[in-house]
Amino acid sequence: MRAAVNEQVAAVFADSAPDTDVLERAREALGTVVDPELDESITDLGFVRSMDVADGELVVHLRLPTSFCAPNFAYLMASDAKDALLALGMPVTVRLDDHHDSEIINRGLAADAGYRGTFGDEADEDLDELRLTFRRKAHTAAMERALTRYLRAHPDLPEEGLYDVTLGDLPDDDATRALLRHRCTLGLPTGDDRPALVGRNGEPCAQEDVPWRLRVARSLRVSMDGNAHFCRGLLRTRYPDSAADQLPRAFQEKVS
Amino acid sequence: MYTKDDEKYFILDAHVALWDARPENQRNIHGKQFIDCFYDYHRNLSPESEVWPYEEYLYQGGERLMRDLFTHGYVDHAIFQPALLSAFYNNGFGQTEEAFALAQRHPDKLTYNHCWDPRFEQAGLDQLKRDAERFGLKGVKLYTAEWQGDSRGYKLDDPWSYRYLETCQELGIRNIHIHKGPTIRPLDRDAFDVADIDKVATDFTDLNIIVEHCGLPRLEDFCWIATQEPNVHAGLAVAMPFIHSRPRYFAQIIGELLYWLDEDRIQFSSDYAIWTPKWLVEHFVDFRIPEDMTEYAPLTTAQKKKILGLNAAKMYDIDVPAECRLPGEDSAGSRTEAMAVA
Repeated sequence: MRAAVNEQVAAVFADSAPDTDVLERAREALGTVVDPELDESITDLGFVRSMDVADGELVVHLRLPTSFCAPNFAYLMASDAKDALLALGMPVTVRLDDHHDSEIINRGLAADAGYRGTFGDEADEDLDELRLTFRRKAHTAAMERALTRYLRAHPDLPEEGLYDVTLGDLPDDDATRALLRHRCTLGLPTGDDRPALVGRNGEPCAQEDVPWRLRVARSLRVSMDGNAHFCRGLLRTRYPDSAADQLPRAFQEKVS
Repeated sequence: MYTKDDEKYFILDAHVALWDARPENQRNIHGKQFIDCFYDYHRNLSPESEVWPYEEYLYQGGERLMRDLFTHGYVDHAIFQPALLSAFYNNGFGQTEEAFALAQRHPDKLTYNHCWDPRFEQAGLDQLKRDAERFGLKGVKLYTAEWQGDSRGYKLDDPWSYRYLETCQELGIRNIHIHKGPTIRPLDRDAFDVADIDKVATDFTDLNIIVEHCGLPRLEDFCWIATQEPNVHAGLAVAMPFIHSRPRYFAQIIGELLYWLDEDRIQFSSDYAIWTPKWLVEHFVDFRIPEDMTEYAPLTTAQKKKILGLNAAKMYDIDVPAECRLPGEDSAGSRTEAMAVA
């Protein structure tokens, strides 16, 4: 299906917009593709190895920090990248380089085989649950960042006091905006009167559980931020030229 | 032993390997990918002065291991935790015979743990019984993402895993070291998920479940399980070297572990030869939680002594010299009756 569309638009596209414009829009499109474990775009992480236009086709190569990065996440990012790029309306090839499953994943991407078509026996249903699990984790980490920042700005407020803090009480800053964005993604309420601290599935939290909930959220945020340092560092070790592509991780307080 | 400011630290390196990843032993491209991945870990997180040339990293040999751990590295005792990776290496990655022979020559310094794979079913179970006798096993190392035929991993709560764990109970193999890796069927869910460890820890309360690299990259899931299961322990393999490159992140890991577990269930390891113990021990003894991280309590000297050696010595019944013990501890690190009731 996609292949047929690709062919139709290829002829129109081949001699229209100059390559630089296409590549700019391609980068923008790839900026919407997120590594679910790190909650960062693959462009900021430096996972986009190259983008070229050849004979009217957009060819994008992706790279990851190790050959043994989890293949399900590798596939998610690569197939999300292809979906995002197809919106540009031209033929697209996405290839994942140097991974133990490169061959399987690249074959699946080229054939638009989908998750089950790509992994065969190793796939049961779909990756929706995996995606949801990590969206929830990303929301919890965003919540911890906003609330820890709030606590630091209100040194007299005990942790229990977060029970009464609503989304409307949070400052209009990047951390709050990120939290609201994650709430929207999960379909959770975003009204000013809603409690800022909730459970992992967005459920309200009893007052006596507030300090514990915050600690649970903190261990998750520490883990996620740590993984981001590790993955970014490994990518730079593996591909020294990736350093120039990496943008600093958002909300990062000093780490060393 | 390491001495600093008149304090003596008994060092037990709870996770070391003697591997052979040279090209002639690589079965396929994955053998090269695997050691290259380890080498990137090594290059990325070691201080520049401690980085080995790639060729040396492929195989270190027994003589160098003894030197790096015991002559230069302050280590008093180390435990082999082998991964066989037979799908990637002709003669295995961890060198069973060489490591066991070394442990036989230096029984006061080295303990050999072996590994098993439940996918070998009955034949593997019979082998485990023979291995337990031959090696005198006190512990095993399990790598759940090991490839085997068409399978790219197993879960600890699979029926055959349970039979192997029951056999460990019968054979007196009490220390189960688990390393979670990423590929496992089906790929639908998070393969790093540690839920199967939760189940095993509940059903085998007399086994010590040591989760290597403290569940990273899922520290949060690990902490949540370990806080409920008193027989779950954190191995610091892979977490340790962040002490150099990302000390504030390291502080957060230690802070979280001390909060969710306790100081008796955390074990030092260098993960040799991915890293060498000398600089890790020196950095850890000097380490302080940054003062602005008010959410974490300071790290005490007694806690450092437990983590660096006393905890694992107790688990493996390894004698600790009196000068390295904490007040009121007997030779294997157990609290004496008098202290326990005091």
